[in-house]
Amino acid sequence: MSVQTEGTDTAGEPAVRKARVPAPPRGDSRSTGAPSRRRAATPYLLLLPALLATVVLLGWPLVKNGMLSFQNLNPRQLIQHLTEWNGVDNYREVLSGGDFWHVVERSVVFTAVNVVLIMTIGTLVGLLLARLGRKMRLLLLVGLVLAWAMPVIAATTVYQWLFAQRFGVVNWVLDKLGWHSMADHNWLETQFSTFAVVTLLIVWQSIPFVAINLYAATTTIPRELYEAASLDGAGAWKGFTSVTLPFLRPFLYATTFLEVIWVFKAFAQIFAMNQGGPDHLTETLPIYAYVEGVGNQHFGLGAAISFLTILVLLAITSYYLRMVLKQEEDEL
Amino acid sequence: MKRSLLGRIWPNATAVVLFAGFVFPVYWMFATAFKPTGDIIADDPVWFPTDATLAHFKKAVDADHFWTLVLNSVTVTALSVLFSLVIALFAAFALARMRFRGRRGLIVTFMLAQMAPWEVMIIAIYMIVRDNDMLDSLVPLTVFYTMMVLPLTILTLRGYVAAVPKELEESAMVDGCTRIQAFVKVIFPLLAPGLMATSLFGFITAWNEFPLVLILNKDVEKQTLPLWLSQFQTAFGDDWGATMAASSLFALPILILFIFLQRKAVSGLTDGAVKG
Repeated sequence: MSVQTEGTDTAGEPAVRKARVPAPPRGDSRSTGAPSRRRAATPYLLLLPALLATVVLLGWPLVKNGMLSFQNLNPRQLIQHLTEWNGVDNYREVLSGGDFWHVVERSVVFTAVNVVLIMTIGTLVGLLLARLGRKMRLLLLVGLVLAWAMPVIAATTVYQWLFAQRFGVVNWVLDKLGWHSMADHNWLETQFSTFAVVTLLIVWQSIPFVAINLYAATTTIPRELYEAASLDGAGAWKGFTSVTLPFLRPFLYATTFLEVIWVFKAFAQIFAMNQGGPDHLTETLPIYAYVEGVGNQHFGLGAAISFLTILVLLAITSYYLRMVLKQEEDEL
Repeated sequence: MKRSLLGRIWPNATAVVLFAGFVFPVYWMFATAFKPTGDIIADDPVWFPTDATLAHFKKAVDADHFWTLVLNSVTVTALSVLFSLVIALFAAFALARMRFRGRRGLIVTFMLAQMAPWEVMIIAIYMIVRDNDMLDSLVPLTVFYTMMVLPLTILTLRGYVAAVPKELEESAMVDGCTRIQAFVKVIFPLLAPGLMATSLFGFITAWNEFPLVLILNKDVEKQTLPLWLSQFQTAFGDDWGATMAASSLFALPILILFIFLQRKAVSGLTDGAVKG
């Protein structure tokens, strides 16, 4: 599948590693053929299954979630199939309790720490990949791909074992390094150290995506830009800030945005690690909604938390979302 | 001179350290799975499994319901990937090749759908599934997994379809093919690599999915491997050898698939869905 688009190879440049899939067509596909009615309906018919699925399987749960959040839905109502509307009681209860705001704060801090670490280290690793020789690059890529490909639950289990209180290899290493109080340390005992393990797990699994894609993006930077910069007397650092960084900026924005979403709604890692414990202290919003809604069987309350969670997520990502939507409007 | 030598060494040294850091957890999973229990609970870690054993794998495989769960996971994953590919193929073709009112809106819709926070929609989905008496069944899982992977599948495939030159299709039509024939005979074969790469993402998502099966299926016979694995360690009382063997068995299919399809999938992921 090597289809050449309008891109022209520049002589003297190492083979264009640019991507295998050219960008979507930009206004070049005028609908062909007679404007008969059948023709006009074709695209809609082709899209019908996808649209139907989206409306029924994504739209309806969202609406249902909204409806549930205005209901009093505890085990009694659940078993007897009662629908008891209770207005904004759920929201009042959630928003007036201190718990919710603590969880929001915790989720935001957790997301921020993870995303900053992922983006910083991921970018550095990506730039390192661009600098390495062939063999070393391949070696590092293999490592990255393995970490990336590990299924989340398998990775979580492995981290539990690495950080196990007894016979865990991390405690052994720390002990050998002279930190003897860590010999039988229980990592899941406190909020901070549980978060530390979860963060390490998430960062470890997320860096490869950033690093590999960033590396791929750097290979598309035209070399002439660096030559021009160095002719203008720019050193390595200046070349980086005036060529590399501006070129990668859209990519960095997009990736940061995706990482924010992914980290914010991380469920499996935190839940499988310690069920949001110790003492509910590592519950982020998705876990909190699950524990309150399903664990404690206050489904209406849980739905209200879910709805608020989506609002928080929208608020966090709104700036970028607007940018993307605008850009799409212009480009499509 | 000294400086340039240092300049040559540190990137490579860093790369080796990073490689070790990224690989170690994966290595430790496999190593532990093959080590005899005596070596796993040794005071000093045994770094290489010298006398390897398959005992832990046997224990994991012999665990209750293991094969049922494998079958469940494979069924749910394969079907949802298949369904989403078929549905997405139609949609992607329309989005890539045709102009019509509402096209932009649809693309934006799928872009937003791709970011849907499924993890916080599980309560609503639970109520919907329960109201339809479908708890403890593989059908809702398959259906919702299909939807989870559908948007990205559409957006990625759109890129692949658009990459097939329109002239190929047109010349086939000049030669007397109908549009459908042109699609089946010309475009579809060219799409095969794209389909493979796209399905990788679906495989990973469906194979790994955890929150939904956690809430929907309490019946062990109807669960999938991620749920089993997350409870394995508790069920087997800190038997890390068996737990790591179970993890290895669960991870292996994805690791293999990923290594084969990663290159294509990466470009698909970024070009089709994420504007870079």
